[in-house]
Amino acid sequence: MKSLLSRKIDWRASFIYWMFGLVFILFAILLHGDGFLQTTNLVNIFRQTATITIMAVAMTLVIGSAEIDLSIGSVAGLSSVCVALVLQHANLAVGILTGIAVGLVVGAINGILVARFGIPSFLVTLGMQGIASGVAALITNFAPIPVLNNHYNSIFGSGNFGKFPGLLVWSFVFVFLGWVTLTKTTFGRRILATGGNRDAAEFNGINTKKIKFYVLLISSLVAAIAGMLYAGRLQTGRYEFGVGDELSAIAAVILGGTSLFGGSGTIVGTFVGALLVGLINNGLILAGLPVSEQQIVRGMIIILAVALAKKK
Amino acid sequence: MTQPVNAVEMNNISKSFFGTKVLNDVSFVVRAGEIHALAGENGAGKSTLMKILQGVYQKDAGEIRVAGESKKIESFADALASGIGMVFQEFSLVPDLTVAQNIFLNREPKNKFGMITDNASVKQAREILANLDLDLDVTAKVRTLGRAYQQLTEIAKAISFNAKVLILDEPTASLAKHEVEALFKLLKKLTSQGVAIIYVSHRMDEIFTICDRITVLRDGKMIATSNISEITGEEVISQITGRHDVQALEVDHTEIDRSGVPAVKVTDLSAGPLKNINFELFPGEILGIAGLMGSGRTELLRALFGMDRKESGEIAIGGTHVDIRGAQDAMRSGMALIPEDRRRQGLVMEHTVSSNLVATNLRSVSHLNFLDFSKINRLSSEMIQKFEIRPAEPNRQVKLLSGGNQQKVVFAKWMATNPSIVLLDEPTVGVDIGTKIEIMKFVRGLAAEGKSIIIVSSELPELLSVCHRILIMKNGEIKEEVLRADIESEDHLQVIVQGIK
Repeated sequence: MKSLLSRKIDWRASFIYWMFGLVFILFAILLHGDGFLQTTNLVNIFRQTATITIMAVAMTLVIGSAEIDLSIGSVAGLSSVCVALVLQHANLAVGILTGIAVGLVVGAINGILVARFGIPSFLVTLGMQGIASGVAALITNFAPIPVLNNHYNSIFGSGNFGKFPGLLVWSFVFVFLGWVTLTKTTFGRRILATGGNRDAAEFNGINTKKIKFYVLLISSLVAAIAGMLYAGRLQTGRYEFGVGDELSAIAAVILGGTSLFGGSGTIVGTFVGALLVGLINNGLILAGLPVSEQQIVRGMIIILAVALAKKK
Repeated sequence: MTQPVNAVEMNNISKSFFGTKVLNDVSFVVRAGEIHALAGENGAGKSTLMKILQGVYQKDAGEIRVAGESKKIESFADALASGIGMVFQEFSLVPDLTVAQNIFLNREPKNKFGMITDNASVKQAREILANLDLDLDVTAKVRTLGRAYQQLTEIAKAISFNAKVLILDEPTASLAKHEVEALFKLLKKLTSQGVAIIYVSHRMDEIFTICDRITVLRDGKMIATSNISEITGEEVISQITGRHDVQALEVDHTEIDRSGVPAVKVTDLSAGPLKNINFELFPGEILGIAGLMGSGRTELLRALFGMDRKESGEIAIGGTHVDIRGAQDAMRSGMALIPEDRRRQGLVMEHTVSSNLVATNLRSVSHLNFLDFSKINRLSSEMIQKFEIRPAEPNRQVKLLSGGNQQKVVFAKWMATNPSIVLLDEPTVGVDIGTKIEIMKFVRGLAAEGKSIIIVSSELPELLSVCHRILIMKNGEIKEEVLRADIESEDHLQVIVQGIK
């Protein structure tokens, strides 16, 4: 455990923590009067970031294996509408299974095209992004679908688990699972080997195609769960949910210190990266900036952070 | 005493690719505890033979016996299971994992919950390295290690699979002299433990230093297996080439006129590791640069060619001061650089021979920035013919050529710019001995035309055969300058390079 920690602390990897602390203190001072430090606001940051956090955890595995998944935002949207539609006629269990099925189907298609047919994941998932959001719009005719199943809404985002907000628990569960997977399992080690040096991985008997397939499958499955959380939190299924989330997730992963070129990955870094993205969003809203200006400032902060993190 | 069992027997192996026979009834026998050199020109069949032994390719005919037992080796895993380990030329480690994690990749020790326990792998990796007398931090990421240590990690990894046969392909290609010594020490240690080592190399001096026997392949056929003690270097070279012009590398005694204006004059140049470099280079002169890895040899060529920014000092070309800020400036001043790593710096491997050949010369094969394909075809065919690039197919991807022919493509494309100053960085690394001789003859020809040459090489015999003058670098400085005529032997130069007084 000690060696694990000491290895993690190099400047590039620990940068995100400094950056997070800096932005937090900055907002605490500047937005003091706007209620930034109030508990409800801080919990809100976690809640609003939850979907990005769990997608970014899966994205860490994807990027660690030197692939990319641009379809996760659309998959979240598709899953939210499918679940909402099914819940109008069926019970909770069927609704949950529907969401999971959406993730597995899309993920299997992505995975087969990339692993079996060797098509670059960038292109496969870019295409899938359009397909998934197109299907979501088509089956709902662009209309939001209300979710009236209170059990569902309470489990997936609106309610609390004991004393803790559900979304907070969801985030921590996924971060924990991701951390265990990446650092403690052979699967995680194989992901990093595949991304770090695919030839070497093959020569060590690792079936890198299989690794890539499963990584993309997991990514879609997790994105579908994120979509279910959208549906539960906002008590609606809507094809637009998740639009652009893939970019926030990628930003969180890279901010967290994972190499965009594969072979490395840190889940804790990703978590803090996602929180930083959420923190910035929250601060800019509290500051009362219009959406257009929020986008500009957010873009600049992300470029700056990644540029600084890169510089040794 | 029982008859010693051979570690590996490859009997009557044949292999064809697309109807071309690349191995023809080759037999190759390696005894336990010996270091056995496998030599031959590029394309002679060495790599194919070794890939069959590793299970990468399947033989068409023949038999493989490992430790006396007939084995079917159909995959890399089969090879490992049979006790055959490979140390790769292109390293096969994962850079972001530690030494221990790499050694145990895909067979990590696990606790009772099925979770990886790095502590156990660290402990076991330390034991493996201690057994090999290697001092290496097993928790360091492979990325942070030098090439030599990466290679030692590879060897340790192969040994940890209980390999009884170890294949090394050009293991010293990127090692400095003292690193080579460390490697050789390790190899001797392994043979004393009964491991058989197959040593694939182009370097005669190493083969004669470390190997017990040598097998030579030529054109897919086994030519001979000999005891090293019973054969001379010249005999081996003539087995390899099948020709008898090994004298091609004899010393050139041309006198250089150093009274006129120097083609290149470098004054107090500092850049990165380089400190206060001063030298002159005259027309028609071949200047060698010797020194260990990291002595600043490559950096000197990079600074001259404008790839690294100089911090101070002056460069004058033909008596005129020039400010070289990049490769474009250098080319305009009449320089050409044949880089060290042709795969990365010299060629676009995915592109065709023809598009690589014209890459330095796009202006002359285009009109208003539109490419003139008939001109490209004509020019590249001419160059292919002139430089005897084989196969003579302009539209073949350059990655499909042998190392020697790739290097000819690099030469050809730079010569097309008609440079007056040619900088060569390790021009014969990984090329076969036939091409090596051709390259050296060619360099001499360039000098005879009045061009000025700077050649960086780790192979001292090479420098001794073509250079008129040799600079010896150490720690970014020029430590000594010697005229070729004043050097008595390779040992003499080696002593100077190593800095032993």
